[in-house]
Amino acid sequence: MANKLISEMGLPKAIANIFAARNILTAKDALSLAEFELMELLDVGLAEVNAAVAHISEMACPPYQTALSLMEERVRSECLSGHLPTRLKGLDNALCGGIPFGTLTELVGPAGIGKSQFCLKLALLAALPSSYGGLNGRVIYIDTESKFSSRRLIEIGVQSFPEIFHEAGMAQEMAGRILVLQPASLAEFTESLQQIKLSLLQRQAKLLIIDSMAALVSGEYERDFRASRQHSLGWHISSIKSLAEFSRIPVVVTNQVRTQSSDESHQYPFQVQNNDESMKDHGRVESHLVAALGIFWAHAVTIRLVFECNLGQRFIKVAKSPLSPSLAFPFVVTSSGISLLSDDGIEVMGPEICAIHCQGHNDLINFKQGEVVMIQSERSTPSHCGPEHPYQRHPRVSSTKLVLCEGRCHYPASQKLAGVDKISLL
Amino acid sequence: MEVADLPLSPSQRAKLISAGYTTLSSLSALSPPHLACDLNISEYEALEILRMVASQSSKTFGGTKAIVVGAQTAWDMLHEENFITRITTSCAELDNILGGGISCKEVTEIGGVPGIGKTQLGIQLAVNVQIPVDYGGLAGKAIYVDTEGSFLPERVFQIAEACIKDMVENSHFRRKDFQTCQDKLQPNAFLENIFYFRICSYTEQVALINYLDKFISEHKDVKIVIVDSVTFHFRQDFDDLALRTRVLGGLALKLMKVAQKFSLAVVLLNQVTTKFSEGSVCLALALGDSWSHACTNRIILYWDGNERYAYIDKSPSLRSASAPYSICGQGGNQISFTLQSCPEELIDQQDITIQQLGEKDIYVNYRFNVITGNLGQLNLVLACQFEGWREEQGGSVGQGTTAMRSSAHCSNAGSPLVGVRLPTFPASV
Repeated sequence: MANKLISEMGLPKAIANIFAARNILTAKDALSLAEFELMELLDVGLAEVNAAVAHISEMACPPYQTALSLMEERVRSECLSGHLPTRLKGLDNALCGGIPFGTLTELVGPAGIGKSQFCLKLALLAALPSSYGGLNGRVIYIDTESKFSSRRLIEIGVQSFPEIFHEAGMAQEMAGRILVLQPASLAEFTESLQQIKLSLLQRQAKLLIIDSMAALVSGEYERDFRASRQHSLGWHISSIKSLAEFSRIPVVVTNQVRTQSSDESHQYPFQVQNNDESMKDHGRVESHLVAALGIFWAHAVTIRLVFECNLGQRFIKVAKSPLSPSLAFPFVVTSSGISLLSDDGIEVMGPEICAIHCQGHNDLINFKQGEVVMIQSERSTPSHCGPEHPYQRHPRVSSTKLVLCEGRCHYPASQKLAGVDKISLL
Repeated sequence: MEVADLPLSPSQRAKLISAGYTTLSSLSALSPPHLACDLNISEYEALEILRMVASQSSKTFGGTKAIVVGAQTAWDMLHEENFITRITTSCAELDNILGGGISCKEVTEIGGVPGIGKTQLGIQLAVNVQIPVDYGGLAGKAIYVDTEGSFLPERVFQIAEACIKDMVENSHFRRKDFQTCQDKLQPNAFLENIFYFRICSYTEQVALINYLDKFISEHKDVKIVIVDSVTFHFRQDFDDLALRTRVLGGLALKLMKVAQKFSLAVVLLNQVTTKFSEGSVCLALALGDSWSHACTNRIILYWDGNERYAYIDKSPSLRSASAPYSICGQGGNQISFTLQSCPEELIDQQDITIQQLGEKDIYVNYRFNVITGNLGQLNLVLACQFEGWREEQGGSVGQGTTAMRSSAHCSNAGSPLVGVRLPTFPASV
């Protein structure tokens, strides 16, 4: 409504003409100026300007709704009362039924922890027919790190919904609903975002996944260009948010982690004075991973789920949510995607809520199922893995060679070892 | 008073001055046709000018009581301040440092890191403002301005339910009142009294704030306006920072005016940013230094150890202080304790802190000062806000400050305590 034309607002003819003559055409132009500036510019008295501004404001202001009508409308018009269930019982309970429509949900965690696995599962869930509790719609999957694995997608599908995927043609149908875009640059991404906006307006897609946002933005800018990075990020945030809101679909975005540089403190000036000593203590034990994209981005997301690894155990943690206390759920990645080990969350307190742990993450290979194992022999990382391959960031694993039995080579096709259900020792 | 001070359009003002009319008195005896002829303007315009002159001069000379029009004496203001109503935050500690809650007629800014509970506090206030007068509330309505899209009606429903439960618990001795109020006390009724605006650009934000004046005169009982957050659009749509400062300044002024005129509370939620000062990076509220002058009160929410704290960063009347608060499934209610002596008023300067240990155990630390000169028997009552739980302990204490600690076991966060043991009294301190 910001660009609503003043000439169409039903102002008295005389004053509307003056606005037009001074090239103040939209509500945005008029409301960016103070009343006195307008008086000077338009050469009219204060009373007229006030009346005109009040009128323009009233017209440009969006209509109100009561919270009650908002809630009723959402319950009425949306399937599953406005949430996409993740089928992880504990998490669904904590989020009042799943990933809410119309908001931005962020997944953040170290590489290889299972964020993309979670995204793949969500994509499938949204594509499922409504009779199976899905959204029965298309999914737009923006894969910026080029790691979307359709083989893994089908594997998750077959394992978690055998009754659907074993039906003839259904696998094709389901996978056909997931549209993968792989933009190579921020500019391309921006362009595809515009297109998506159009297709969403036609109510074609039911879920948008961006995996990952950080890769795009951090790839484009050096550290020195922080300001411009924030600026363009700001544009993307508001356009993604408005996209989510107006098409009322869930939007899931993943984010990477980065190491916290030592000069960054997360304290207010008044706190520093108070507890200088406790701070030093603090710094030592604090985890040194923080979410990429900074605090500005963190304010913008409505729900933040942290995927982390603490003492060899992986957790999904609800780090920010208007609906739920901070709960952490232990999980494992299995052939059917992510599954929770327990549906009762562990309540997390204090700074732990925002911390991202990555301890014992190297024990990735330590599989639950039992048929485990790993092999040592001298071999460098497979040459076809890009520099961003997760295992390169974990030195202990990078020189490991895996040989898989049953003639199935999931590595690196599935990229995450998690995709493998049987490995045997050479 | 000069003609140059009149709120006229620049061209009319220039005409008046060039025709020699510089003071109001020079205009006061004129007739409209005469002026129209002098200035070469239409008679209607001349009439408007003269009308304005008349209203201005009556303002200047008409007041008999005050020397300066529109002024109030400090004494009158003090009297008025006593009647300022406050909206409870549902957290006793926070209310304490705020002097009873968020005060009406003022603009309060609340900021903090993502996930600290700004939106929660905002929703809580939108619900609390509706507490009926019988229960010590304002029975008002709320305007919730959402710029970020983080308002979830389900959560409002939860908080409203919890709020009703609280009210009922706190006043169950008045059963018959409750029966009559019960139909009013439905969560849906609470939801119905929250006017929700979704704002998608800064222009809309400015427009809405201009429009508030009219909206509130049409919807009389609005007692709080919450803007969640004031920052979002201003952090990204602007290349021209000077324009941003100017627009924000105008916005703050208008909000202040609305707060005064309708004696309602304005709560602005703000985000944080990192700021480089004195060689180190620290957190600060967003929108820059000039914005920090715009609000009357400023509260910062932060983590200290495992607890959430609120800190009063700026306030003309409250001293800077911080208090812990917590958010639980049922909204921002936390366990609070009060300490009383029996016979009454033998102790003062009480200081009760609650320390959470692990998941379910808490320690209640309390210090108090015995004011009576007589050493002797004293009974202490430590009570918590959940009905039915209180602990009494008798013993003899001497004059001076005594510090004690008792431990409690909490069956679940936010639910009533199972029991707190008071330690045995020290014989004399």
